[in-house]
Amino acid sequence: MSVVDTLTTPVERRTDIPLSERGPAPVEIVVGFGFWLFLLSDIVIFSALFATYAVLAGRTAGGPDGLHLFNRTHVLIETACLLFSSFTCGLLALAIERRSAAATYLWAAVTFVLGLAFVGLELSEFLRMSAEGAGPTRSAFLSAFFTLVGTHGLHVTLGLCWLAVMMAQVATLGFRPVVVRRLLCFTLFWHALDIVWIGIFTIVYLGAGYV
Amino acid sequence: MSDPRQGHGETHDHAPGGAQTGRGGIRAYLAGLGFAIVLTLASFWVADAQSVWRPAVPVLLAALAIGQMGVHVVFFFHISSGPDDTNNFLALAFGIFVVGLIIFGSMLIMTNLNANMTPMEHMVQTRH
Repeated sequence: MSVVDTLTTPVERRTDIPLSERGPAPVEIVVGFGFWLFLLSDIVIFSALFATYAVLAGRTAGGPDGLHLFNRTHVLIETACLLFSSFTCGLLALAIERRSAAATYLWAAVTFVLGLAFVGLELSEFLRMSAEGAGPTRSAFLSAFFTLVGTHGLHVTLGLCWLAVMMAQVATLGFRPVVVRRLLCFTLFWHALDIVWIGIFTIVYLGAGYV
Repeated sequence: MSDPRQGHGETHDHAPGGAQTGRGGIRAYLAGLGFAIVLTLASFWVADAQSVWRPAVPVLLAALAIGQMGVHVVFFFHISSGPDDTNNFLALAFGIFVVGLIIFGSMLIMTNLNANMTPMEHMVQTRH
């Protein structure tokens, strides 16, 4: 139990004390719940972009449509990268719980490389589409596509920066409670990005022929 | 809230994710990965399969995606409907409600507007 916890958690959390008189919840609970609320609001932002895409997906303005632009194999590799990075992020959470620095660095590195591969694949897809004359200015469909998928890619990129900063903090500050809480928030953020990607590969890529 | 006689001790609330409260562990993450791989491959197979009745494909894709999101919430976020997860679960339920409202509401309104809009050719004709 950390220093902060012994300050905020009542020494006697007796179950016969009414809930209203037990004092504030431990810091981990409060931070975790607050970050959970942030993630849900972030997913609400994505829902607005999904709604925009769903409305505009058929408006190709005579330009190329999804069926001719998207490469299924490419998307499957991207999906695999993100799913396995989500799994190694779970292993990272377990390594943090054991306070094992070596395992933390290992799984953080694997998560980082898989995330970087995902961003690289997505960027190469964007560049190829722009080179083919299917950039975001071509049609309403492509504007909506680049906004939705690009926002997700931006989230993954920021997550990679966050992970790098956290590894620097583990190296300099060690597993002090505030660092552990930030690491926990990072793992939640990374899992949330994978949930958003499920919606993207289903609606945008696999649903391309059904709009 | 929970029955006092059960003696929950220190924790009567649970933070999402992590494994610090004894949930999950490596087995939960492995199970989540396994389910997610199966559901992802099923999605990619259904989208191209010739043996599936074509009009059923969008419904199947939606069902597989929602199932996989559920797998992620349960096995990666460790959110359950148990008594110490009430806050997290209520927040999730409200989030799903808002997301559904935005997506289906927008689609309904825009489809309706599109269907009721005066055709452009007709507008040109009536102007002169």
